[in-house]
Amino acid sequence: MSEDSIKRISPLISIILGLLLGYLLLLLVGYDGNSGFKYLFQGGIKGITEGKYRRIGDTLAQMTPLMLTGASVAFAFRTGLFNIGASGQMLFGGFVAVLVGITVDLPPVILPLVATLLAGVAGGLYGFLPGYLKAKYNIHEVVIGIMMNYVSVYLVQYLVKILIPGKYVIESAHIPKEASLKMSFISNIFRGSPLNAGFFVGVIALIVIYVILEKTTFGFELKAVGFNKDAAKYSGMKVNKNIIYSMMISGCLAGLAGATFYIGYTNHIKLGTVPTLGFDGIAVSLLGKNSPIGIFFSSFLFGYLKNGGSFMASSTDIPRELVDIVIAIIIYFSAISFVIEKFLNKLLVKMKKEGK
Amino acid sequence: MLKIIIDVMPYAIMVMIPMFITALGGLVSERSGIVNIALEGMMVVGGFTSTMFVYYYEPILGNTMAIWLSLILAGVVTGSFAMIHGYASITLNADQVISATALNIVAPAITIFLARKMTGSQNVNLQTGVPRIDVPILSDIPVIGPMFFKSFYMSTVVVLLIGLAVWYVIFKTKFGLRLRACGENPHSADSNGINVFKMRYIAVFISGALSGIGGAVFILTVSKEFSGTVAGLGFLSLGALIFGKWKVSNVLYATFFFGFMKTLGNVASVNKDLRSLGLPMELYNVLPYAMTILALVLFSKNTVGPKAAGQPYDKGKR
Repeated sequence: MSEDSIKRISPLISIILGLLLGYLLLLLVGYDGNSGFKYLFQGGIKGITEGKYRRIGDTLAQMTPLMLTGASVAFAFRTGLFNIGASGQMLFGGFVAVLVGITVDLPPVILPLVATLLAGVAGGLYGFLPGYLKAKYNIHEVVIGIMMNYVSVYLVQYLVKILIPGKYVIESAHIPKEASLKMSFISNIFRGSPLNAGFFVGVIALIVIYVILEKTTFGFELKAVGFNKDAAKYSGMKVNKNIIYSMMISGCLAGLAGATFYIGYTNHIKLGTVPTLGFDGIAVSLLGKNSPIGIFFSSFLFGYLKNGGSFMASSTDIPRELVDIVIAIIIYFSAISFVIEKFLNKLLVKMKKEGK
Repeated sequence: MLKIIIDVMPYAIMVMIPMFITALGGLVSERSGIVNIALEGMMVVGGFTSTMFVYYYEPILGNTMAIWLSLILAGVVTGSFAMIHGYASITLNADQVISATALNIVAPAITIFLARKMTGSQNVNLQTGVPRIDVPILSDIPVIGPMFFKSFYMSTVVVLLIGLAVWYVIFKTKFGLRLRACGENPHSADSNGINVFKMRYIAVFISGALSGIGGAVFILTVSKEFSGTVAGLGFLSLGALIFGKWKVSNVLYATFFFGFMKTLGNVASVNKDLRSLGLPMELYNVLPYAMTILALVLFSKNTVGPKAAGQPYDKGKR
């Protein structure tokens, strides 16, 4: 085992510790941990071997926005920025998608596509301000991001009320069927699961950011800024411009997440709350070590756990919040992953010595 | 106009008080060099602790006793909860924003989880809370009386006194000077014999305790019900801390302003006089956040916050 493979297994250790502590919590509080975890693990894939794809479809549906918010947070991370504002960008992008879906008249298939793209643009524009303020005034993007999340909540609430009010004051109008990212051929395969074309949007986005980050000069510059701002500046890169671009692309990905969620998963917007999926994106990106492939797997894991959590909650008396607890523990261990890595390295050195 | 202010004032103060003490929690932590964006989560934990204590012990101890004890307990429990953040960011030098995010996610999850286990529901209603009183004599003064002394909470006085104490300890004592030194220049603090790690741990504990009390006061006065959330008040407190330039008196004004705006937003659609102004409720609600962003831009020319906030203390670095 090398140092590289240690870096690769440390996320697994975070997951195992998260699940283990979740399990201990169940026992400690007096729940039946074994049956709880049985349902938790079964719920996300049950029936897959018998050709019943409903549950795996649900898992992939849960995974879809996470893939994109995870990509959003990760993209910013690579440039050394912490996009805690993904939630707000997602909500704003989602609002634009819903607005387009309701008010614009276009042929089916084209309409959801246009709505999704415009959601990405809207999210990108929403990401401009934190990027600009960071570049121009060196203001920490985290505080701006938090404030912008709430600005987004009230802005969207106001715009929904005057433009697309719903039947109840707490929600927007529902989008027409033609505007939805739900495609009948997908729904047929997965037996009415809310899985939708947003999944492909997510996969394509991951591929695109892989290409940008690994195969282009632009991506190299972004990463260089993330590694060492001063060195990047010294070698002639336009650091400030890159910070703004990075934040806007990150916002764009969050906006796409909003589209997949609001015109794919649900078909309206619930007003007055910050969507938590943006924060889950932080977990996804950390666990996936900010790489597109890692994000794919970690978003699958969280989608799987969330879906399994619902199944567990309906089959036992264990609250579904257990899953959020496990996710939070995983974030915590990811935050201190280098401590785990250091420990493993020490262990490795020791084992090698004894081996000789 | 004056009538609107008189009507709104008691509610504005009610909303302001939990924000004020929570922002003070943020102040203590950030002054020592540890950024604390987990104020929201800590408020939730404090609110939960206090709710549960009052829920079970009010019948035995009586209202007054149960409420004051619950505030103390909320402080102790949340202070301990904050140590999770402290351990990651002080001892392990982890990214302070990430570990705080973990706390923000785990707080509503674990409290709802426990509330469901204990009471069977994620919403725990309290019959009472901190009682409201009309202060004798003072509440009869015209204008000022109904603004400040009618339907008055004792917890308001307690929180303001705590504010005074925080100001005194942080800005007027040797201990406070040392704590602030850790947030400005930990290396020179260390070379002067100050134990930076210890100071920061103490600061994070106090930070948790104060925000926990903030969350408890929120539940016991504003919401009267625990449901796993403090409605973004923790993040708003963080905004107030920045808006108030990390100074106690300014934070007091900032939280008052934010509380006032928040209240206007809440009553905009109900209050006749406000409705005649025709402004959307969202405008009042969004102002505190927008003004925090504006404040950051205005302050950005000269750094006003603690210089070393957010940076782990590495002894070998210079």
